[in-house]
Parts: sequence; C-alpha cells; structure tokens
Amino acid sequence: MNRTEVYNQIRDFIIKNMEAFNDGEDLADSDNIFEKGFVSSIFAIRLLHFIESKFDIEVSDEMIVLENFSSVDNIANLVKQLKGRNTHAN
Amino acid sequence: MQTERQSDILERASRYVETVIRPQSGEFDQNQAISEEVIFGMAERGFLGAAIPTEYGGLGLDPLNYGIFTKIFGKACSSTRTLLTVHTSLVCETLLKLGSTYQKEKYLKDLANGRRIGCFALSEPNAGSNINDLQTKCEEQEDYFILNGKKKWISFGEVADLFLVVATEQGIIKTFIVESSMPGIEIQPMKGMLAGRATHMAEVTLRDMKVPKEQLVGIYGKGFNIVVNTALFYGRYSIAWAGLAIVESALEEMTKYARTREQFGQKIGQFQLVKRMIANAVTDVHAAQSLCNRAGELRNANNDEAIMETNIAKYFTSKAAFRVASDAVQVLGGNGCWNEYPVERLFRESKILEIIEGTSQIQQILIADYGIQKYSTNTMERRSGYEKVHDFS
Repeated sequence: MNRTEVYNQIRDFIIKNMEAFNDGEDLADSDNIFEKGFVSSIFAIRLLHFIESKFDIEVSDEMIVLENFSSVDNIANLVKQLKGRNTHAN
Repeated sequence: MQTERQSDILERASRYVETVIRPQSGEFDQNQAISEEVIFGMAERGFLGAAIPTEYGGLGLDPLNYGIFTKIFGKACSSTRTLLTVHTSLVCETLLKLGSTYQKEKYLKDLANGRRIGCFALSEPNAGSNINDLQTKCEEQEDYFILNGKKKWISFGEVADLFLVVATEQGIIKTFIVESSMPGIEIQPMKGMLAGRATHMAEVTLRDMKVPKEQLVGIYGKGFNIVVNTALFYGRYSIAWAGLAIVESALEEMTKYARTREQFGQKIGQFQLVKRMIANAVTDVHAAQSLCNRAGELRNANNDEAIMETNIAKYFTSKAAFRVASDAVQVLGGNGCWNEYPVERLFRESKILEIIEGTSQIQQILIADYGIQKYSTNTMERRSGYEKVHDFS
C-alpha cells in the first residue's frame, strides 16, 4: 500500500465517522480531529481497532499517545513507522 | 472457530456453574455476598483469567467464546458474572490492551490466575454518565501523583486487591492502578441495593493518596479518553452477554412454569395471552443471541465495527432482559414475586443492566449518532473537502 492509499484509507474512515452535524467543515490532513470536535471520544478506540486491522499492525502501548492519533498526517506517520517500510507514493 | 480446547473450557465452566454456583445463587443474594469459596474456586480453575492469553496465565478464550463463557455464569448467578465483568473484562482486558510492560508483569499475571482481585472505580456520588464531571482529582508531583476523592457503587470494592481508579487533573482524565494496601484508601461496604447484592459493593475514599507514576495506565489527552472508553467497551461487551443470559434464563423459567401450572382446567401455557409473552421472549432470546454473536465475531476479527455493535447489543439485551424477566414474573404470578423462585432475582438484576456501563439513554445517543452518520447522505457531501486535499502524491 503506498502513501496515497494509506492517506485515503485513513481519511475515508475519519470522514465516515465525523460528527454528523459538522456540515460544512472540511477535514485537512493536519487538523487535530479531537480538539476540533470532528469525532467523539469513543471514536479513539474505534480508530485504534481500525488502524490495527486495516494495516495489519499492532500498536504497542507506548505508541498509544494522543499525538499519534490526532490528525491524518500523524496517523499515516504512525502506520508508516509500524509497517517498517516506505509508504511514499511513487 | 471453536477449538477443542475452548470447548473444553466452556464445558468445565458449565459443570462448575451447575454443581457449585447455581445451587447457591439465591443464598448469595440473601446473604449479600458471594462466598470466598466460590471466588477461590473460580480463581484456581483459571476462570478469572478466561479472556487473557495463556502467556499471562489466562485461559486464552477468544472474545466470542469469552462471551459464551460469561453467559454460562450469568444464567445462574448475576453477582458471580459481575466478578467476571469487573475483574476480567474491565480490569484484565484493559491492562492487556493498554497496560505497560511493567504493569502487565506486575499485575496482569496475578489477576489472570486470581491471586489478586481487581475492580473498576469510575462512578462517583455526583458523576455517572458524564465522566467530565468527575470530582476525584489527581495532582502530579515529581515522581508520583496525589489522589483525592470518593468513588461509589464499586462492585467487588470490598474485597479487591487493586482498583483501576479514574481521576482528573485540569480537565484531563487519567487512570491509575491503586493497590488496596497503599496508605490513604478507605473502603466502606454498601448494602441495601436493588440488585448486585452479593457483589461486595463498596464506597471507596481516597485521601492524599500517593500513587507512583508507573501506576498511570496508558496515555491521556483532552478528548482522548481511550483508557476509560476501552474499559467500558470491554465492560459493555460483558453486559451484552449478561443481558442475553437473563433473557434466556427468564424464558426457561417462564416456559417450565407455563407447562406445569394449571388454571381453569388447563395448563397456563395453553392460553393465548401467555403464549404471546412466550413468543416475545423467544424472539428476544434469538435476537439477543444474534447481536451478541455478531459483536463477538467482529471482536474475533479485530474489526472496529465491534465497538458500535457492542453498544447496540448491550442496549438491546439489557432492555430485553428487563422485558422478559418482567413477563416471567407475570407468568409465575405470586410465585414470581417470591424469592423461592429465581425469576424474582432475575427481575431485579435485569434492571441494573440498563444502568451500568452506560445507561440505555447514553447507548441511545451513541447509537443514534452512529446511525445518523452511517445512514445519512452527509458523508458524500463532505467529500468535497476530501477531494481538495488528498491530491498530494
């Protein structure tokens, strides 16, 4: 899976689960999804499950820090780091 | 998939429940305490670590089989099942997922084999559904935290060796492993409950309690209450199966009675209005079983949909439990109101399931929000923003 695909998967998952009444809000890759109120607190655990199952990785306890989950950019970087290979697009 | 080993564990659990727990469940309720013998008996059989991998001393049941395991206990004794909910689901599973290596080594093995009993201390006199209202405070010092506050309705708090305590510091929620032997903790048993009478419920007061920093579980951040939400997810999963257990148990009692009790010269199960209650109960059992199975299968597959499906299952089975237990009381009439028959206890226990691990009203909000997102067309409209920023390659 290349970088674009990783980003698309993450973005698609977040967009599908954004708070329903935030119409008109766009999700930028650097947006802090928790601080901006795009997702509810229960979403964090869904996000963790999603990342582990979609990208077939295990996120160790020391990597479960807010920063790693707070934006599309940071989640993609976490995935890249855990996959242990370069996910940049060609 | 049902392996021979997992089936064997479920069979052993069934035998233990039918020979040891079921005959005493009414007595536990009346004495307001599960016996030490049963807690030790469950521990020495590995039942308290049923959902924990064998490498940590558990039995290694997968989530679906752990759900079935929970139902086996819940059908016979809700208070004993509560021990599994708080110790195994809320504490053990949470530490397995989010505990540090140190915490797993120091605590999880002892919890899995029952050398220590754990419980979950979230609720407070003035904070239930809204955890942002918690008044238990933690204050960070150099290499420890100071905890102050009061927790209430803590199942197994009276006998627990350790507590997962949820506290706040400047609006940020943090969770700590607190040992009952640490100075600064006071435990007061709670009596007079509608149900859960045998669960050694307690009020727990923390006064200037020094808790080393290595006892902090997982990480924290504003709007990122992953430890509490993870624990409640495991707890709700357990309660979903607990609801199914009561629905099934109430149906069994109702049908057994309807087949034997005679009025107006015929068995009461022959009357159409009784049949209606039985038909509704059968449908509830089948629907509840399907929802629980689905949540379990999704958990087995590590699918994120398991979170919401668990909320849906918990909401449905807890409502169904109260509905069917109420009808069971109705079918049994006077005997249904008497503690010589189990339906009186099932009725009381069923109500609790609509309150704990997120009330039915909280579940409705979560499920409605999920439904609005999933079944509306709004997601397509948002894609305008998506198209704009994803073209970065």
